[in-house]
Amino acid sequence: MRRETWISFGFMAAGLFLVVAAWFGDEPFTITLATKVVILSLAGVGLNLALGHGGLVSLGHAAFFGLGGYAMGILASHAQSFEPLMIGAWALEGTKSMPLIWLVAMLVAALFALPIGVLSLRTSGVYFIMITLAFAQMIYYFAISWPAYGGEDGMSIYVRNSFPGLNTLDPIQFFILCALILAICLVLVDRLVKSRFGMALEAARQNPQRVTSLGIDTFKLQLTAFVISAAITGLAGALYADLNRFVSPSMLSWQVSGEIMIFVILGGVARFAGPLAGATVFIALEHFLGGLTEFWQIWLGLLLLVVILFARGGIIGVLAGERRHG
Amino acid sequence: MSLSLFFEQILNGLQFGIMLFVMAAGLTLVFGVMGLINLAHGSLYMVGAFACAAVAAATGSFWLGLVASLAAAAIAGVIVEIVVIRRLYARDHLDQVLATFALILIFSEATRYFFGSFPLYLDTPDILSGALTFPGGFQYPAYRLAIIVIGFVVAAGLFWLIGSTRLGIRIRAGESDREMITALGVDIGRLYTVVFALGAALAGFAGALVGAIQSVQIGMGEPVLILAFVVIVIGGIGSIPGALVASILVGLTDTLGRTLLPIVFGTFMDNSAATSTGSALASMLIYILMAAILVFRPTGLFGARG
Repeated sequence: MRRETWISFGFMAAGLFLVVAAWFGDEPFTITLATKVVILSLAGVGLNLALGHGGLVSLGHAAFFGLGGYAMGILASHAQSFEPLMIGAWALEGTKSMPLIWLVAMLVAALFALPIGVLSLRTSGVYFIMITLAFAQMIYYFAISWPAYGGEDGMSIYVRNSFPGLNTLDPIQFFILCALILAICLVLVDRLVKSRFGMALEAARQNPQRVTSLGIDTFKLQLTAFVISAAITGLAGALYADLNRFVSPSMLSWQVSGEIMIFVILGGVARFAGPLAGATVFIALEHFLGGLTEFWQIWLGLLLLVVILFARGGIIGVLAGERRHG
Repeated sequence: MSLSLFFEQILNGLQFGIMLFVMAAGLTLVFGVMGLINLAHGSLYMVGAFACAAVAAATGSFWLGLVASLAAAAIAGVIVEIVVIRRLYARDHLDQVLATFALILIFSEATRYFFGSFPLYLDTPDILSGALTFPGGFQYPAYRLAIIVIGFVVAAGLFWLIGSTRLGIRIRAGESDREMITALGVDIGRLYTVVFALGAALAGFAGALVGAIQSVQIGMGEPVLILAFVVIVIGGIGSIPGALVASILVGLTDTLGRTLLPIVFGTFMDNSAATSTGSALASMLIYILMAAILVFRPTGLFGARG
């Protein structure tokens, strides 16, 4: 096996060991923290597909994260109040069933990503960063000023949604559910990246002219990657809202886009376990530094700065060396 | 809507826009010349505002505070450029985004450490505290009017600096071909530091001017930063004239949208629905404008054709 694979699996095993230890030690808070890491990693896995493999630096993925969250919030709130959700003349029952909510969250994120991608892919470079940010900001401000679902205050869901056969309110069961989803998405994205599609996508990032000359439509490739990426991040958003049993416009804010991006860059761009490593280290630092000093963000900032200036290629890059192609 | 209200909104839009320009000018220069995305530009805006508020409180003079805002932001800019930013020019945009994001964290927390979490208050100077009466009895605050004038003076000065001074020639040369001007014997490292300090000073200056009408607090820079990015992207990155046109456009669109849209929707909706729909749309308006412009001109209004 390659060194990076060993490091990735070693990393996950260490994480799982910590969670199991926390479970035996009866520390539900640690398990909840780990669940948060897993969910945010999932959002990073989504962004990594677009940003790392596709070279599409999106500063608007909070839009999909938040849309996933709102998909969960809206469906669950209608189930909570027993009022059907009216879309025109259609009456849709709300639901508390997780699989259904996930499906809707991914669908909604993908449906929004399609037009956003079509329009944004006309630009490139910094303009792409900024136009994706613009679309996310539109949705953010819309959510703030739309009073039907809580507006600026957001809305709470009183009971966590259900999954057949599980008690999702038990931290360890919810953690396992989220970790399984992350594992499935990691494998699927890895398969996708190594497929013909993934190769072409990677090539389009490096040299679009050459790929076009081979008769491959780079626009379609990148759009597909963008939409899949958004769907994964949307799924993460639904899980995150479920973890907190709360959804608000802050999930849509540009800071969230920035944080998801930081997970990816900190961990290592276009690396298999990059988002996971980045999210783990970031959340762990946030948590432990926060316990040590009131001004922990200074230390977090300095640490990030050191990593970016001296440790190129992120955490995985430092541990596993240069990324190999093919 | 009465004519005087409309007039007032136009002036508000101008004031908002021109301050955005002072902020965005540095950002677009730094991007145009050094190819650097600087998210920490908003922090320099905050540094300027805090320096102004602290000095004004200590000396009782707003004007000394204004000088301090320029100096403090420029010095902070030089330090940051030499210690961190310099190492980022050769990196890709991702590294720059992450590193300057880290700088935001450091600046915000350091400010909180020195000044506490509560907003500082910065009063407008006495001489500008009243309102000016226009012919026709319409009144407008003197301070806001002064900001508009100062903003346009800064813009004119910047156009002169870029267009007709030796430094300006070097900046433009640095934008179009950095190897060539290095070969011609210009110390590019020093030029970069000067450009960065200039941008930082402008951001700090804008922060101090706006701080007197809003409040001076941690995190005040980030919303403005996003708007400044919107401005430079609409205008075309690296273009000062583009930034001027775009900032006025954004200022007017935002201000007029917030007043006019609810009224427009009120003509065919009932009142409360019109207010909520109108204000929802108004807050999205500049981003809609930006997306529309980028869709039709992918490198902004004044940007070089890609």
